[in-house]
Amino acid sequence: MSNDIKIKKGLDIKLKGEAEKSTENAIISNYCTLRPEDFHGVNPKLLVKVGAKVKAGEAVFYDKSNEAVKFASPVSGEVLEVLRGEKRKLLAIRIQADKEQVFQDFGKLDVNSANAEAIKARLLEAGCWPFVKQRPYDVIANPNKAPKAIFISAYASAPLAADLDYTLKGKEAELQAAVLALGKLTEGQVHVSVAKDGSSPLAGLSGITLHKVSGPHPSGNVGTQINKIDPVNKGEVVWTISAQDLVIIGELLLTGKFNAERIVAMAGSSIKKPRYFKTKIGSEIATMVYDNGIEKDSNDRIISGNVLSGKQIKPDGNLDYYSNIITVIPEGDDYELFGWNKPVFNKISTSRALTFSWLTPNKKFELDTNTNGEHRNFVLTGNYEQVFPLDIYPLQILKACMYSDLDEMEALGMYEVAPEDFALTEFVCVSKQPHQDIIRRGLDVMIKEIG
Amino acid sequence: MGLKNTLHNLKEKYKGTKMAPAFNALHTFLYLPNETTHNGTHIKVADDLKRTMNIVIMAMVPCLIFGIFNAGYQHFEAFGTPVEFLSWDAFYIGIIKILPLLIVSYGVGLGIEFLFAIVKKHEVEEGYLVTGMLVPLIVPIDTPLWMLAVAVAFGVVIGKEVFGGTGMNILNPALTIRAFLFFAYPTWMSGDKVWIEGAVERDQLIAAGEKLDAVSGETILGTLAQGKAVGHDIMDMFLGFIPGSIGETSTILIILGGLFLIFTKIGSWRIMLSSVVGAITMGLIFNGLVNAEVITEGSKFFGLMSTPFWQHLIIGGFAFGTVFMATDPVTASQTNKGKWIYGFLIGFLSIMIRVFNPAYPEGVMLAILLMNVFAPTIDHYVVQGNVKQRMKRLKVKNA
Repeated sequence: MSNDIKIKKGLDIKLKGEAEKSTENAIISNYCTLRPEDFHGVNPKLLVKVGAKVKAGEAVFYDKSNEAVKFASPVSGEVLEVLRGEKRKLLAIRIQADKEQVFQDFGKLDVNSANAEAIKARLLEAGCWPFVKQRPYDVIANPNKAPKAIFISAYASAPLAADLDYTLKGKEAELQAAVLALGKLTEGQVHVSVAKDGSSPLAGLSGITLHKVSGPHPSGNVGTQINKIDPVNKGEVVWTISAQDLVIIGELLLTGKFNAERIVAMAGSSIKKPRYFKTKIGSEIATMVYDNGIEKDSNDRIISGNVLSGKQIKPDGNLDYYSNIITVIPEGDDYELFGWNKPVFNKISTSRALTFSWLTPNKKFELDTNTNGEHRNFVLTGNYEQVFPLDIYPLQILKACMYSDLDEMEALGMYEVAPEDFALTEFVCVSKQPHQDIIRRGLDVMIKEIG
Repeated sequence: MGLKNTLHNLKEKYKGTKMAPAFNALHTFLYLPNETTHNGTHIKVADDLKRTMNIVIMAMVPCLIFGIFNAGYQHFEAFGTPVEFLSWDAFYIGIIKILPLLIVSYGVGLGIEFLFAIVKKHEVEEGYLVTGMLVPLIVPIDTPLWMLAVAVAFGVVIGKEVFGGTGMNILNPALTIRAFLFFAYPTWMSGDKVWIEGAVERDQLIAAGEKLDAVSGETILGTLAQGKAVGHDIMDMFLGFIPGSIGETSTILIILGGLFLIFTKIGSWRIMLSSVVGAITMGLIFNGLVNAEVITEGSKFFGLMSTPFWQHLIIGGFAFGTVFMATDPVTASQTNKGKWIYGFLIGFLSIMIRVFNPAYPEGVMLAILLMNVFAPTIDHYVVQGNVKQRMKRLKVKNA
């Protein structure tokens, strides 16, 4: 039995450089970098010193505010460097990978007979807990508070997104183990959403409530699905887990190993041959982007994640903890003569203000990182609502966040949202306001004041 | 490439100095800036505020051009020497009167915007590009330039800058300017002289003892308010060959502008449509009162109340206000439901004020300003509906 979710409001941003469905093994990265900033709100405390040997799956640091939550090394090797910033803030931990990978053995766990406590303890000690995030606040889940439901989106609708039907193919066993285990951690249901016209390996799993979604982006965002299936109320918690991370969780339960392997899409109009790579969390980007990708020193934006919510990284940077896509698009740091009033054919627009992308709905665009205008106060109204399917007033909640009115933020639905839900409104914003940042800050204020 | 690099170097040179906003305003007028995204979305839509404002200006240009010709046409008509509408004579009268208004409007307004940008160290915002165009279109042709300058200064400073600039204002700046003129210099804003180029001057000459024929040209509303017969036929009203504020007369060009705004998705069709519905509703009520003989021929309201409801849409400033001023996104309701209510009440009140205002038979300005003030209240209740649903959901869960 499945339930259909049909999204009407939204926008499919069609970009050039979609990854071809062929997977290569990326050159094995010599270094693996963990950045605590990938884990929002975590206060890291190091467990290892420079020079120490770690196994894959061994904890490298933990969260001071929630000591049970440990962060594991994706590789086995030697801790090479610990980078610190101002006030000794932990910026990054670099690990030189061994040629022969050694895994810490956590032992198999039979998900059918194991109880909730055992499963939770295993996920925590083996560094799989950071994959479990919670709403409200879009941070790593608090293991001490049971969620009312768990949501997994197995449909990626973001521009150029890695096709989960493709990257998760053949991983049914791991996925099944993971959802069964997670199902024991909640009183409620495990909601899995798949594309209506897809062939998701998750569709056949047992122990889940299946939803078939259709419609434009952000239909694949888990936030959209939560809002349509079972919205978060004050005092409630739901957990969300990316479908690709279920594989790592599943493998841990089935084999006892923390295997940080992941299939990653390399996409974007700057990439010569967009395709998929098998690599590991924290791997150097350089192992992938120069092979039929971009030239050295080219003027491109490399993004760990998708073009809407990803993080800008340097060519010597690394894949972040949660992303399954690296997007490379041209930088737009150039002027354009009369760019503000001449007719525009090669950029996307939701208006028809001498912009003609509405004439070619199926055209794939090559967009650069130019903001196409300067930052202004909010002026236009009604355009966010067209791409925002949640039952929330986007402009009003953004303004509430800007003046930090906690009561209003709560009343308008702040417990339900994550920054990525405001990616499309940010994209279409004529005033070029940083919506996701505004929401993130708003959530942080709430964590601090309300908890 | 030379100009681009020179300007880029200048921009770097001015960076951080007081003149930066002023320079950037001119620079970005020529070139879309080289600004790139940081974190957040790495790509953005093609539209920015300049493009948006530009569209609104484009929608008004036909009204401006028509206004130029009509100013001359009405002048010769009233002075008893009619000329062709599309003639150089008409154009000449129009251009020498309207161009200065346009220059003063933009000069004073943008001057103040630049000044504030420099003092407050923010970029020059585009809002005034539209306001500066609206202002000459909604004033009588003979408005003295100094009055306009004073009013623009008042409107920009008090109507907008004190609130924090474009996007922060409560009242529509163009209407604030218009209202200032209306209340500060009422004799120049109404009556039967101000709508015709030269009529006021002629009046003064007569008063000084010269033997000349008096010239007058009333707006349709003025005529109706006095219960006199209208000398123009419906087609004139619809096409715009009537006296009135410079840009407001041609309903058909305003409709074209409105359709352009709706098509480009810049103007809110909800506000425009509901405003028309509101006006029709009020018009029908008045017609009903006349039909029911509640209001009889002797009443001072009879002239306007007995005007067929649909004629109210094509006379006076209603169409112009509805299309170009009520839809200002900053001062209108910001929720879609709110826009329906906001627009409806603007239309409704416009016609009501128009009929009942004894001093000045037009209501769209006051109706929009009034609804500007109430727009946040409307939005508040619309948003509360959403909040209540959320609370209800919580209660159901906890029950």
